[in-house]
Amino acid sequence: MGQEITTSQLRKWLLSYAARIIENEAHLTELDTAIGDADHGVNMRRGMGKLQERLKEEKQSDNVSSFLRSVAMTLISGIGGAAGPLYGTFFLRAATSPTNGSSIDLVQLTQMFRYGLDGLQQRGKAQADDKTMIDTIQPAVEAMEAALAAHQSPAVILAAARQAAHLGMKHTIEIEARKGRASYLGPHSIGHQDPGATSAYFLFETAAEVFTKTGAD
Amino acid sequence: MIGLVIVSHSAKLAEGVRELAAQMAGDEVGISQAGGLPDDAQALGTDAFKILSAIEEVWCEDGVLLLMDVGSSVMSAEIALEMLPEQQRRRCKLSNAPLVEGAIVAALHASLGEPLQTVNAVAEAALSTPKLANTG
Repeated sequence: MGQEITTSQLRKWLLSYAARIIENEAHLTELDTAIGDADHGVNMRRGMGKLQERLKEEKQSDNVSSFLRSVAMTLISGIGGAAGPLYGTFFLRAATSPTNGSSIDLVQLTQMFRYGLDGLQQRGKAQADDKTMIDTIQPAVEAMEAALAAHQSPAVILAAARQAAHLGMKHTIEIEARKGRASYLGPHSIGHQDPGATSAYFLFETAAEVFTKTGAD
Repeated sequence: MIGLVIVSHSAKLAEGVRELAAQMAGDEVGISQAGGLPDDAQALGTDAFKILSAIEEVWCEDGVLLLMDVGSSVMSAEIALEMLPEQQRRRCKLSNAPLVEGAIVAALHASLGEPLQTVNAVAEAALSTPKLANTG
């Protein structure tokens, strides 16, 4: 539990996330072509390009909250489509969670995701099982909270988040969309994985990779 | 006299609605628009920072009414309001009115000097005004 994640590790995480999204642009487009307006891949790639530029700038704050706020601002303006305000709000709210200044521990990382999730639900008004990014993020946050309560190691907490996020993402295949453009399709949306739930999954996949690796010391 | 902001995913649509509304209002009502994404005028989408600038462009003490098109334009407008100082935020209102009809009605009533809540109420009433004479 003593592991501290510094702002620089958060930056590595989001660079890794941006790269993962860009690699998966075609996949996200394909998913969004099936049940949406086919723009999620392009929009996310545009936003991630802006994020990479922002994260590679020389002058960076070491403060976790300012860092997350600047990520939010970049995504609000950079992504476009519904994902812009949603990812923007996620990080804007995450930036208000408790920190140790220039680092966070696993409890605070979990809180950060919880704050982001709450912001997302207020903004998008989506609930679990609406076939949205909430279906990935909510089970991941709950899994982290449960693993923390069970005094698990950071590696186990991060792995639990990733696994729950993955199951949540796959669960969106089975359910009918009740939010967003896909909801116009009603029952025809069943059988397709939600693109937003997919891009959100990569947040937890890359977090598990980056924080587990860099946290070993 | 209140100001109006037209928010749309499309820069062309926002400009077109602004044009229609301005025709009703003459030159007195400040009407600004925030359509499309920054950097790329062709890309469809809404941007909270563009909306924020549009609010500042027509800002006045009487308030500003925002009219939005579909989907994420509402979320982007909400973020823009959250970025305003409290003093300004409470004088801004997001309207539930349909974009085209609402903007035209709102521009007309704004030009008569009606307050924010009244202008919004008549704009929102456009939702229940049938377009065809033999319906509703």
